[in-house]
Amino acid sequence: MKTILYILKKEFRQIFRNKTMLPMIIVVPLVQMLVLVFAANLNLRKIDVVVVDHDLSEASRQLVGKFDGIPFFNLKGANFSIESAEEKLEAGKAEMAMVIPPNFERKLIRENHSSLQLLINAIDGNSAQLIYAYSQAIISGFNKTLVADWKGIAEFSPPVSVDIAENYWFNKELDYKWYMAPGILAILVTVIGMFLSGMNLVREKEMGTIEQLNVTPIKKYQFILGKLIPFWVIALLDLALGLFIAKLAFNLPIVGSLWLLFGFAGLYLVSVLGLGLLISTLSNTQQQVMYVSFFFMMLFILMGGIFTPVESMPSWAQEVDRVNPIYYFMRIMRMVVLKGSGFFDLLEEFFSLLALGILFIGLAIWRYRKTA
Amino acid sequence: MSNKKTKINFPPWGETPERERGLFVNNILKSYKDVAALKGISFEVQKNELFGLIGPDGAGKTTLMRILTTLLLPDSGHVTMDGADVVKNYKTIRKSIGYMPGRFSLYPDLSVEENLQFFATVFNTTVKKNYGLIKDIYSHIEPFKKRLAGRLSGGMKQKLALSCALIHKPKVLILDDPTTGVDAVSRREFWEMLKNLQKKDITIMVSTPYMDEASLCDRVALIQSGKIMDVDTPDAIVQKFGRKILAVKATETYRLINDLRGHHKAEAVYAFGQYIHFTAIDDDIEVTEMEQFLKNKNHQSIIVEEIVPGIEDVFMGLMKAPPSLP
Repeated sequence: MKTILYILKKEFRQIFRNKTMLPMIIVVPLVQMLVLVFAANLNLRKIDVVVVDHDLSEASRQLVGKFDGIPFFNLKGANFSIESAEEKLEAGKAEMAMVIPPNFERKLIRENHSSLQLLINAIDGNSAQLIYAYSQAIISGFNKTLVADWKGIAEFSPPVSVDIAENYWFNKELDYKWYMAPGILAILVTVIGMFLSGMNLVREKEMGTIEQLNVTPIKKYQFILGKLIPFWVIALLDLALGLFIAKLAFNLPIVGSLWLLFGFAGLYLVSVLGLGLLISTLSNTQQQVMYVSFFFMMLFILMGGIFTPVESMPSWAQEVDRVNPIYYFMRIMRMVVLKGSGFFDLLEEFFSLLALGILFIGLAIWRYRKTA
Repeated sequence: MSNKKTKINFPPWGETPERERGLFVNNILKSYKDVAALKGISFEVQKNELFGLIGPDGAGKTTLMRILTTLLLPDSGHVTMDGADVVKNYKTIRKSIGYMPGRFSLYPDLSVEENLQFFATVFNTTVKKNYGLIKDIYSHIEPFKKRLAGRLSGGMKQKLALSCALIHKPKVLILDDPTTGVDAVSRREFWEMLKNLQKKDITIMVSTPYMDEASLCDRVALIQSGKIMDVDTPDAIVQKFGRKILAVKATETYRLINDLRGHHKAEAVYAFGQYIHFTAIDDDIEVTEMEQFLKNKNHQSIIVEEIVPGIEDVFMGLMKAPPSLP
């Protein structure tokens, strides 16, 4: 016990003397919370629209007026040729072109039916779909008023329709930051757990100090615990720091229990530290650790559902995610922070993380014995 | 001094009980994939002896040292230290040996004091308890105890490493190339420290590529290409060699070497500092004969003298002859 305590003392000393590690521990959570959360924003704002109105009728002007009245769209001048509108799309000066054909109004009156064209920049498929959905909503609203106005149905007997009353649960204002922050905090914990612990361990190999340690009566478990506990503590402190910043900067609601959150974070860190340890037993230099952990980080993070919901991934990818610790932790973070889930709502995640933790740590210790 | 050394001459196998021997190495084989690093190494080190393992880089010294320190498993053969087997009783061994690897392997980001304290704690002891043992060495660097180990000079690093290797009062001290990259003065100091430690009931095994250090050991083993060529006191090794060696010097060293190599009786010609050492086939050469030979070749300020062979000459001689094991 005395030995472990002394090893821990030595590790913390070294970490605080390390000129790259210490800034990383403090700066990374700050940057992630204050920059990344704001930058990784999928909300649409100010879509530039070019209108090509060949009809110039009352109806077409009414429709354009509807678009103009919505702050989401920014009408960027009108054109009379489709070609020049297309040019604007190509030059990236507009996201959407709306083309209203001649005889738009006449067709509406005579045939009760008319059509128009929307050209949408779909380089970003997500936002293209959003733009289309918004536009459709506007056009169908326009349809309703048309029926009311022209068919002469009086205002007091409104058209039959179903009203949708939305209520966005767990994130009432659909604040994207609230969705991103828990995910980015999960990444933060992972970076500390995997990168830093792996690099720290392999440093002993690089410096040759492992030679000297291996001839001492230090037991493997003492050495491994001495290496992992500091980063377990630091990662949890960083999580606390990150949550604190998120609370201050954009009032992230923390609905669930903090104890539960940190308990799960502690459990999650076991598997991440295990992975870091495993990588470091297979590497000889800090560079190798960097490359290999970077590979796993990218894979785990992108598959873990930080930007795109896992439910919309192909089923094989969802199967792969069963061994992805970040996937579970990201779910836990969001469910506890935003939804206030309790321990019994997260039983599946708990057992999965427990199993992964035992697997990774076990593999790492087994490998460590063989190489040392 | 030579009297004392002959007394240490090791007894035939089996005469001393194993546990009284300091270190007992029997027929060690070790290969890395298809390269044989050690091809059957056997020797004994007496208790409290200063034993040198002398050989060029790549001879297998470090591999052997790593086996002795339980860091590497031999393919076959046995090593016992104080009666404990390095493979089976590695835990006991690790408590009773002090090891100083060839590369500086203390924490550069911890201070002198912190390094020492760390290794003391790891061995379940305190600096205070064994301070007496390291006092002579540590006192040199104690004024710098707050300095980070990475910022010490080569000689100071070496002293710190030695202090750390001794802090748990080991019975056997194993030093792998301790004087590589250390200046001449520090080297001399270092060997004096080893001599002093020997008096404090510690068996010392030291490997080095510097043959001039061999004469400072009680006994040496000459190792080359994974084989022991000879084990004896430095004096005895030289005496056994019994070859006649001429030290030759002239103004044009390069032409001198070429001419000597061209001599019809030349067996070995090596440069040793300012002199060229010449060994003739069957030692059939006289000083005057050589002087005449060089005069004929128009060399200036010729010096030729017969010298007592040093350990280096022996090593060069043995290296040339295919190593024959007894």
